[in-house]
Amino acid sequence: MLSAVRTLVRRDLLLAMRRRSDAATALLFFIIVASLFPLGIGAEPNQLRAIGPGVIWVAALLSTILSLGRLFAADYADGTLEQLALGAAPLGIVVAAKALAHWLVAGLPLVVIAPVIALQYDLERPLYGVLMLSLLLGTPVLSLIGAIGAALTLGLRGGGVLISLLVLPLYVPVLILGAGSVAMAAAGLAPSGQLLLLGALLVVSTAFAPWAVAVAVRIGLE
Amino acid sequence: MLEAAGLDCERGGRTLFRGVSFNLAPRELLRIAGPNGSGKTSLLRILCGLLAPTQGEVRWRGTPIRNLREEYTRELAYIGHASALKDDLTPFENLDISCRLAGLEASREALLGALRAFAVPDLPVRKLSQGQRRRAALARLLVSERVPLWLLDEPFAALDAAAASYADEVIARHLQAGGSVVYTTHQQAALDARARVIELAVH
Repeated sequence: MLSAVRTLVRRDLLLAMRRRSDAATALLFFIIVASLFPLGIGAEPNQLRAIGPGVIWVAALLSTILSLGRLFAADYADGTLEQLALGAAPLGIVVAAKALAHWLVAGLPLVVIAPVIALQYDLERPLYGVLMLSLLLGTPVLSLIGAIGAALTLGLRGGGVLISLLVLPLYVPVLILGAGSVAMAAAGLAPSGQLLLLGALLVVSTAFAPWAVAVAVRIGLE
Repeated sequence: MLEAAGLDCERGGRTLFRGVSFNLAPRELLRIAGPNGSGKTSLLRILCGLLAPTQGEVRWRGTPIRNLREEYTRELAYIGHASALKDDLTPFENLDISCRLAGLEASREALLGALRAFAVPDLPVRKLSQGQRRRAALARLLVSERVPLWLLDEPFAALDAAAASYADEVIARHLQAGGSVVYTTHQQAALDARARVIELAVH
């Protein structure tokens, strides 16, 4: 079972390496969206500091949505998804591996690049750690919940737009907790409450989302 | 071994077939025949468990397959309409990954040998022709010899005469070794003579 996870994660990373432009698009989108706000609003530091955490988190949400369309679509089109459903490992494990690979390609780079974006919002140095930690806990949840939307829209026309409509409302708790933790720390209070809740969301979605995705994939394959 | 009991299939409000029943023993070859749109692929997908029949059930060694899930899928090899190959990987990488995911253990030499036997060139799949893709997909059968049940959807489509007769030979060898094969086709193949036939009609 673990070998199936390893094989699938390695395969998806290999595919991402062979198609670097796809992964780069989502990351560049994140950087550009987050950079547009300081340009549009003006360089008033207090204002930027106030909106910074929220804008960075919204940009992370949108960038994740952008790459979700590819999560199952290619495997569905070329018949690989059928073979995965007929594989030796339970489908729940297989889709969890796919969500993990999606996070490694689309989520982890956001965590790493976040401090650079934070510079543009003049966030104080101690907040970088909180921002990165909140993204580190939150972005896997985005991949897991997003996988449910991606699986539900398998084979539908205009699936990309539909995913956004389905999934963005479900991202609201993650957004509130993620941006809230940084705002809390900026106000000089301990962000541990929000971060612990984000951690709890991560645990719950790791436990339940794969099974929901597996059911949705089976329906999509029928 | 494989038993279909009164299978009905309805797709999009249209009845494809009704009351399909058969019992497949080891060493038996079953051909699903019929014109386009008669439900050959749907029947095969029902037999794999990818599609649920409207009525009836499929049993493997006496147990309904929906209770078996992975225990059943580990014992079958399905080659679908789509070749299940990744365009950006080479045939070797594709075969290696699909074997690992199917829980089959095969050495590097066995994988390379299977691809050589089907004369698949070592290029990214994107650069292969339709027939070469089909060969790359069928090469998986050579490393699935220990898997008892083969379900093949149009295995001979797009193959040239040499590759088709080699595929014939591989299937015949599998039957001899005690396996069972179900395949769909709407064209003539050399295997047809020894196959039991289920004829589907367009309703």
